[in-house]
Amino acid sequence: MSTRNNSHRPLRYVDALREAVSQEMELDPRVFVFGLDVDDHKGIQGSTLGLREKFGAERVFTTPLSEDAMTGVAIGAAMAGLRPIHVHIRMDFLMLCMNQLVNIGAKAHYMYGGAVKVPMVIRSMIGKSWGQGAQHSQGLHAMFMHVPGLKVVAPSNAHDAKGCMIAAIRDDNPVIFVEHRLLYPTEAYVPEEPFTVPFGHARVLKTGKDITLVGISNMVMECLRAQELLAEAGVQAEVLDPIWLAPLDIDSIVDSVNRTGNLLVVDTAWTSCGASAEIVAGVAESARVLRGVRMARMGYAATTCPPSPPIEQEFYPNAAKIAAKAYEMVRPESGEWTPDATRAMLTHQLQFRGPF
Amino acid sequence: MFVFSFRFYYGDSFVRQPVMVDLIPIYTKLRLIRRVEEEIARVYPSDKIKSPVHLSIGQESSSVGVCDVLRPDDMVSASYRGHAAYLAKGGDLNAMIAELYGKATGCARGKGGSMHLVGMDHGVLGGSAVVGTTIPMALGYAFALKREGKGRVVAAFFGDGATEEGVFHESMNFAALHRLPVLFICENNFYAIHEPLEKRWATRELCERVRTYGIPARQIVDGDVMEIRRWASEAIAPMRSGASGPAFLECHVYRWREHVGPGEDYDAAYRGRGELLPWQESDQVKIIGAQLEDSERARIDAQIESDIAAAFEFAESSPFPQPEDLFTHVYAK
Repeated sequence: MSTRNNSHRPLRYVDALREAVSQEMELDPRVFVFGLDVDDHKGIQGSTLGLREKFGAERVFTTPLSEDAMTGVAIGAAMAGLRPIHVHIRMDFLMLCMNQLVNIGAKAHYMYGGAVKVPMVIRSMIGKSWGQGAQHSQGLHAMFMHVPGLKVVAPSNAHDAKGCMIAAIRDDNPVIFVEHRLLYPTEAYVPEEPFTVPFGHARVLKTGKDITLVGISNMVMECLRAQELLAEAGVQAEVLDPIWLAPLDIDSIVDSVNRTGNLLVVDTAWTSCGASAEIVAGVAESARVLRGVRMARMGYAATTCPPSPPIEQEFYPNAAKIAAKAYEMVRPESGEWTPDATRAMLTHQLQFRGPF
Repeated sequence: MFVFSFRFYYGDSFVRQPVMVDLIPIYTKLRLIRRVEEEIARVYPSDKIKSPVHLSIGQESSSVGVCDVLRPDDMVSASYRGHAAYLAKGGDLNAMIAELYGKATGCARGKGGSMHLVGMDHGVLGGSAVVGTTIPMALGYAFALKREGKGRVVAAFFGDGATEEGVFHESMNFAALHRLPVLFICENNFYAIHEPLEKRWATRELCERVRTYGIPARQIVDGDVMEIRRWASEAIAPMRSGASGPAFLECHVYRWREHVGPGEDYDAAYRGRGELLPWQESDQVKIIGAQLEDSERARIDAQIESDIAAAFEFAESSPFPQPEDLFTHVYAK
């Protein structure tokens, strides 16, 4: 995370997203923002509020509910030299964009022999808050990690939300930008001036000698809380945020694993064929691993997400579950240990109110 | 010599003013596409062309009629049956044949193949093998051109099957909503692979469907290249000034060869040769060619044969990509 200086101030994730887009739109007239509801009074939970007033309806406009065609429009506009930001209020809707993203967007630069570039950002929000249910809560980033030609990023804090957004806008490739609803109100110190978070570089957030916790998106926050709880139990966890899922910085994860000997990857998605599977496989295959490593994954339960609170809570990983699992991996001989569940809860989640 | 190639044709349908149209470029493009495709079919059994080919033989008139009224800086988008649109728009012949051969000198450096011809320098957006996918791409490009404000337009070619995709209807709505400078050209050859319209369309009223989006639509059923050209010209002129939005043209055409590959398939169960005969009688290559002086036509034909021979020689003698080229262009730098 960034250190404090004169140009840094606390900023919410949602405001960091908006500031990044606003600054880039000022710098580059080719950038435009479109998607259902980007110009309404709620402005995608506030992340696009005020942009239309500032830049006009030519550069900030809503769309018909035509995700397939709108993705094609973004691709065509990008080929023509513009830099579209296509916004989806839920990641689930990206399933309607798959043909354009996978069959054209990801491949155009390659299959047209470098004749075109597709500089575009696909903003999408994982909708987990509470009660979002089966189709408003999914983390589907692994589907895009699978396809060469796409970049995938899942910033976990306001600083990276801004820096990754600016990097994504300036990049000449399609970037799937994975946001998380629960992170929107979280604050971090964020520079006022434009800056980029470089591609393919993970960040070690906490150092520790016993186990490496790799969190993805909001699971970074859960891992950080788990790290605090584990410290109270005498286990020192290292917490690592990959930030970029494609390109993925597997080397930094391997370096950490070489220090700790244990790896627990926690995703805000299913584990099967997921980002966590890719990370574990990357470590398992690495010739740079110097010691025996115990590895495990956590993610969504292998079910569809239900809205009913008691079973919804079971569906998701959380800090208590992460800490318990990590403890078991580090101290297999010590028997089961589970932190106090109420102390494991994160304040920004406790403060969440509906309806969306 | 040049003056002999001009013929009077009716121009704007409201004014009915006759206009002069030069037939030489029209015949040249019709003949070029026909002969290139025939040569591809001839060479194909040698397996030197390692790319599935969807030949445009018999379907030349829609591409040629429309592209004849486009400016060099206008754009076309096309489908996997895109050889005709590529050549009609002025795509480089050498680069096209080299692409079919998988050579590094191909228009997509051997990474696209027949179904993904591209020629950005000549206004050819890349083709796509997934039916309908290039339609919204054309919209996005047109969106940028409208913002640019230089009067450029996009001609979006696709087949009858594409109109069954959801993205087609999404695109009609968006193009009309934003008054994008796009001419849609549905090349209706009556078959999706081997499946006839009767098994796919509840009604034949495609133009009526399109008109409900507020887009003027015209159906041309005889493949007449001059009629296609005339209507395209009428539709595009007001688009350039922003006076009108998108327009739609349904051109009935007929695919003379099999869906994919070099041969004919009139022995297959889905169609018979009887369907072909009226289209051969109204073959635009012959009809337009017959309106030129014999000597002029002979000169054009000879030049085309020479260009085709040179293109295949260029493809034959060009190098293949290097193994390391497999990994170039995965990401733009």
